[in-house]
Amino acid sequence: MIAEAGHAALWFAGAMALLQFALGALGLTDRYQSLRGSAAPVAVVQMVLTCLSFLCLIIVFMRSDMSVLLVATNSHSDKPWLYKFAGTWGNHEGSMLLWVTILAIGGATVALFERALDVRTKTATLAAQGAIALGFYAFLLFSSNPFARIDPAPANGQGLNPLLQDPGLAFHPPTLYMGYVGMSVAFSFAVGALVTRDVGPTFARAMRPWILGAWIFLTIGITAGSYWAYYELGWGGWWFWDPVENASLMPWLAATALLHSVTVLATRDSLRAWTIMLSVVAFSMSMIGTFLVRSGILTSVHSFAVDPRRGGFILMLLALYIGGALALFALRINTVREGNRFEAISREGSLVFNNLLLSIILVIVLIGTLYPLALEATTGTKISVGAPYFNSTAGPVTLVLLIGMAAGPLMRWRFDQAKKVAERLALPALALALAALLLAAFAGPIGILPLLGLVVAAGVAAASIAPLWKRNLRRTPLFTWGMVIAHLGCAVSMAGMAADSAFTKEALVAMQIGQTQQIGPYSVTLNKVTEEPGPNWSALDAEMIVRKGDDAPFTVHPQSRTFTDPPMETNESAITTAWNGQLYLVIGIPKDNAGFPVRFYWKPFVTLIWIGGIFIALGGLLSLFGRVNRDLFSIRRLFGKKVAAS
Amino acid sequence: MRRVLLWAPFVFFASLFAVFASGLLNPVDRSVPSGLVGRSVPAFELPGMLDPAQPVSAASLATGKPKILNVFASWCVPCVQEAPALMQLQSRDVEIIGIAIHDRPDALRKFLSENGNPYAAIGDDANSRTQIAFGSAGVPETFVVDGKGVVRYQHIGIVKPNDVAIIMAKLKEAQ
Amino acid sequence: MIRNLLALLLMFSPLLVAPVTAQSVYNDRQLPDPEQERQAMALMETIRCVVCQGQAITGSNADLAADMRGMIRERIAAGEKPEDIRAWLIQNYGEWVSFKPEMGGSSTPLWIIPLFALALGAFLARGRFKRKAR
Repeated sequence: MIAEAGHAALWFAGAMALLQFALGALGLTDRYQSLRGSAAPVAVVQMVLTCLSFLCLIIVFMRSDMSVLLVATNSHSDKPWLYKFAGTWGNHEGSMLLWVTILAIGGATVALFERALDVRTKTATLAAQGAIALGFYAFLLFSSNPFARIDPAPANGQGLNPLLQDPGLAFHPPTLYMGYVGMSVAFSFAVGALVTRDVGPTFARAMRPWILGAWIFLTIGITAGSYWAYYELGWGGWWFWDPVENASLMPWLAATALLHSVTVLATRDSLRAWTIMLSVVAFSMSMIGTFLVRSGILTSVHSFAVDPRRGGFILMLLALYIGGALALFALRINTVREGNRFEAISREGSLVFNNLLLSIILVIVLIGTLYPLALEATTGTKISVGAPYFNSTAGPVTLVLLIGMAAGPLMRWRFDQAKKVAERLALPALALALAALLLAAFAGPIGILPLLGLVVAAGVAAASIAPLWKRNLRRTPLFTWGMVIAHLGCAVSMAGMAADSAFTKEALVAMQIGQTQQIGPYSVTLNKVTEEPGPNWSALDAEMIVRKGDDAPFTVHPQSRTFTDPPMETNESAITTAWNGQLYLVIGIPKDNAGFPVRFYWKPFVTLIWIGGIFIALGGLLSLFGRVNRDLFSIRRLFGKKVAAS
Repeated sequence: MRRVLLWAPFVFFASLFAVFASGLLNPVDRSVPSGLVGRSVPAFELPGMLDPAQPVSAASLATGKPKILNVFASWCVPCVQEAPALMQLQSRDVEIIGIAIHDRPDALRKFLSENGNPYAAIGDDANSRTQIAFGSAGVPETFVVDGKGVVRYQHIGIVKPNDVAIIMAKLKEAQ
Repeated sequence: MIRNLLALLLMFSPLLVAPVTAQSVYNDRQLPDPEQERQAMALMETIRCVVCQGQAITGSNADLAADMRGMIRERIAAGEKPEDIRAWLIQNYGEWVSFKPEMGGSSTPLWIIPLFALALGAFLARGRFKRKAR
């Protein structure tokens, strides 16, 4: 019954999306101007219905209703409640329902809270949001119905893949989706503005919180995903330049560029067409990401649970929305002037530089990810593009980008003098030189890219807090704090990446019981190895005693798990975090009689990678609060004046 | 010029669309073909797995008569399924040289007694070196080698009964 | 990301589990000479596992990947140049086996397109700046 209710709510929500689109589109015509206001309440109703539908799916999963096909194939009544709950979106249909739920919430929030925007642009935005939602409702209802029944109902479900039974599942996909879907709001704004030709600072200020919000979620999602892969895969890597990782990185790159260009539009009324273009690109990257993951057209890594028909559906939506928006752009943008010109040495000049380099990195990631596919489709030649390509191309560009990031915030808007900027950069340059000296003196031989990364990170870290110098910290606006912390986060993350590739110590040893291995500052003794039975696996559990200097020794337990159904072998790494790095231990199944194969890694300062990511997201959050606060304040002031005048 | 530039994103997107669509229409071929087809077999020398007096080497593949080289293992489940087809080939006087990967004589004997023994000789490739030298990416894989020791054809995966005709044809071509 | 993780882990699932046989010592052990080990690692990180396909052989539990690691370490220890080993592997498995696309040939667009984008971007950005001469 609950499943039917959810299914019905989904149909009604789809109808509301159609109505929202129709009312919005009609409202834009002169004849039906009176309909303008009615798209907003429809958007709210649509949101309520979709949330209801999603709630029904959660209830069905929590109650383990095995007569629902999706539950039967993806859940099990013995699972802990957290995984029943998170299992709701641990599958294709459920995750797509989560997608539209977030989409509908985004649309309703625009309808309810967006006051700054011109009413015609807002109507067009809601119409665009309705059109996007409509496509995804069709996708769900016609090819991925989450509420389909199974008759007869099985006694119990097939269970969630044990590998997904990780707290990461409850957290990682929703954050990434919020980021993906949040970009749809920026996209709808851009389409709305293209329809009404109203691109200016007001529009930019209205759009900015949405971009910031989506960007924060993307940042968290990518950071969390990277750490998840790091501890789960057991080889000490944290980024593999895998197509799916790239699919999440591309929208982030576009959103980061957009975040900076929208600031130029809001402050200086320039880069109008470019900002619109980036909004379209950012959402198209989100959709391409969804498509690549769902369709499985890239490498066999994603060869499970894919369905070409579903891929085809997403591709059609992609063509419709992105192709349509780009055609609209080409037809309409001629009537939008690009806006003020500016001096090269200025804040806006540095932001153009930022946008240029971020776009280049985006192009590199996009080409690197899709070129093998294009080449095989046209010539049949198979090639692989991996870390060596991305590191050698995107790596140097990123370094230059970071140097620009150090200088940009120290420049004034409109125009600045190169000499003065150089003076402001003196201290960061000193930090950079100091880091270089220290590394040269103590670090020993390291590769050129990691070395540059460390040195630049030191300079950029110093430069990123420079905007706070000589300022009254209590009166510094929140969004300036946000910028400072986000930029600092980039430096911190870069330092972590460079330190990891420069200083990681690795040892692969066949250990006998009682044997001791030195790794970094630690000495690790294999005390004993036991068989540990698990619910659906048996593990080889190693008890290892870790000593460091005179500190009290402690015990860690890396495991190698062998699953029976389906048969697979996974490593549960034992990670010990110290202030200056992580000790990462992995045990494998012995392949000969020489001993237990153990992988030891000592990774100095590797945690900075994710701490930096958290900083970046935190900076975004502060910025978001700062902006929303200020905008609300100015609205209140505006209303106050009106009250006073009357 | 400006008009062209404005339509450039659309055109770029259209080409992406074409790539995606072709990717969807032609399911990706995930096999890794060997680069040795058309080239001489690599130099190798493996001890005989069952009979030490019967080593397998590059020379034993260039005897003037086309042969089949079958990369397999007793622990490989799909290899059981291709046994009937290999027996069929053997019954048509095709000489099949086996290369057993990561295998042990006792396990191999059991495998052969259960599934039949189509092999003229079996080399012991305990650490996959010869497999790698042949550009083979897994088990089972089957190569057709001509009389001069040149690889003429590679079959990836199980040899099914209806593949026998293809392999016979390739052997004939290799005469 | 999840799918990715899942897939990567699923690939460790050899539906074929090879028994223990005589293997190279160096499959999962380092070379005694740190410089040779560094060279070997640098090469192995760019060789794609032919069984699991998504990973480098340094991040794979597949037996064939382990054997490739052992082979590469042995050949480096014997004095062979990493790029010669890569060339040999490409000869056997095609360009696909190397994560490092070759400069030139079919991979040229990989290097040309970003450069072209940079030039186009610089040209577009130039239009935004005021002319110096006033």
